[in-house]
Amino acid sequence: MLTVADLKKSFRSPEGEGVEIVNVAAFALAAGEQVALRGESGSGKTTFLHLIAGILAADAGRVAIDGAEMTALSESRRDRLRADKLGYIFQTFNLLQGHTVLENVVLGMSFGPRGADRAHAQTVLGRMGLGHRLHHFPRQLSTGQQQRVAVARALANHPRLVLADEPTGNLDRRHAREALTLIREVCRENNAALLLVSHDEEVLAQFEQRRDFAELNQAMKETAS
Amino acid sequence: MTLPLIIYRSLRQHALSTVVTAGSIALACGLLMSVWTVKTQSQAAFASTGSAFDAVLGARGSKLQLVLNAIFHLEASPGNLAYSDYLFIKRHPAVKTAIPIAVGDNLRGYRLVGTLPELFTDVELAPGKKITVQPGGRFFSADPAAKEAVAGSFAAEKLGLKPGDTFHPFHGLTFDEKNQHAETYTVAGVLAPTNTPMDRVIWIPLRGLQTMSGHDPRAATDVSAVLVQLRAPTAGFMLDLMYNKQGNRLTFAYPVGTIIAELFSKISWFDRVLELVAYLVALVAAGSVLASIYNSMSARQRDLAILRALGARRRTIFGAVVSEAAVIGVLGALAGYVIYFVLLGVVAGIIRTQTGVVLEVWRWQPVLGLCPLGMVALCALGGVVPAFKAYRTPVAQTLSPVS
Repeated sequence: MLTVADLKKSFRSPEGEGVEIVNVAAFALAAGEQVALRGESGSGKTTFLHLIAGILAADAGRVAIDGAEMTALSESRRDRLRADKLGYIFQTFNLLQGHTVLENVVLGMSFGPRGADRAHAQTVLGRMGLGHRLHHFPRQLSTGQQQRVAVARALANHPRLVLADEPTGNLDRRHAREALTLIREVCRENNAALLLVSHDEEVLAQFEQRRDFAELNQAMKETAS
Repeated sequence: MTLPLIIYRSLRQHALSTVVTAGSIALACGLLMSVWTVKTQSQAAFASTGSAFDAVLGARGSKLQLVLNAIFHLEASPGNLAYSDYLFIKRHPAVKTAIPIAVGDNLRGYRLVGTLPELFTDVELAPGKKITVQPGGRFFSADPAAKEAVAGSFAAEKLGLKPGDTFHPFHGLTFDEKNQHAETYTVAGVLAPTNTPMDRVIWIPLRGLQTMSGHDPRAATDVSAVLVQLRAPTAGFMLDLMYNKQGNRLTFAYPVGTIIAELFSKISWFDRVLELVAYLVALVAAGSVLASIYNSMSARQRDLAILRALGARRRTIFGAVVSEAAVIGVLGALAGYVIYFVLLGVVAGIIRTQTGVVLEVWRWQPVLGLCPLGMVALCALGGVVPAFKAYRTPVAQTLSPVS
């Protein structure tokens, strides 16, 4: 489902020097597989997810999703692939504040293959326990509810790959557990691969497959040495 | 549904700046349409008003003053001409119709014009359009001793005159209650609206006005002007030569349409100033669309980045911002129609009161389609700069710091 090879990304520091943030030689994820990546803040794990999602263009290497090579595509085709195959759960939710809960999910779907399917969006939100909050704005919701909207938006399109960046970082223990269970459940139902990054040991402990991003990322090793 | 939803929510989020910007577009649009309509319709209306007659013969003086006085019932008469001058032109083989008029009295500010019944029976305002009286009335009697009057529709409405009513005329072209004439006139009828300056006048027999008590008996046969219809246009140049070049006693104002056009060319600077103001307002409005959307870009950058992360392509974002600007233009243009109709209604009322010329407020003009379309296009153009800013939104950088 996901294949990463020799993926590199550098940024220019304020002093003008090139700083390598990501250097991953190989990483793969099969359909339905659920992997947790352990990573501290500043370890480059969000950049890694952005590179996989095609939000950032890599300096070198390749990312292939469901057979389509993301890194070889034009920006427009990367956008299309992201809309078709990916669900992205952001740490800060990244909900559209001017749009209602339902609109957030519908808009998330509208760029993908299903199109703006309001009925399906309502079903997914209902499953998240947000059926009574469809026409509320994100600011009118609790943090836990906002997170569930973000999850619903990422999963509504039946993505083949779900990327979750510290999805429970802003939630209390109980809500974090609930959210995580929900994400994993839906991914299992859809046979979607899940790549979750977190530094929370309690979250990581729930995954059978765990990897240290610091080990995976050669850039961090070089920096450390 | 995606694009309309994004646009709708964005406009709602920035409701105040949307309303203010759309308001300035409405003002520009309403102003442009009004200026254009008033200019074209008034020129056409004034030209058609004069089209019933080819020329006006009057005392030596300004042709424009002569036309304004004899046809539009504005301005003072440049002087009188002898009845024999009227008879001479009436009998001229090149002249089809010659109608004398005499002015010098009023009824509470509305002019009394003395004329012959032939004005109502022989003259057509436009081909096939005769002058008629409203039901229950008739034209005045040819016998001046009957002391009858026919009121123009607008004058009758304003003075509350109806058939059978009586009145005493006042001396002079402006109303002064101390200058009342002793004669009592009876309203025989009210003219059906002609949408010309005739509507602002009270018509009485020529002889009645000439012999009104207090008028100089030495001028009792003089007329103020003669309205002339020619048999052929070439005759006009011949009479022009005869009266204006070879003679020095009378003025032959011909052709009436050209003289009216000269009037408009004299006041065209005013149109141009108004047009310029409207164009400036339009430019400022388009600029404010640009500024308001551009300024909102910083606040919206995160939303745009989220949409991009969800799979929206750059061109979708670009299209959304340009469409948003165009929608503001559409809202402004729609409100512009309201401003146009209000403005034109007020201006048309003033023009009708002052000149008797009627502008058709509800008549469709090409400018009513072109101007709003132009404004929408201008607004869309104003949206291009912020759209480029949106287009270039760095998604990863905007969404979260590198961790």
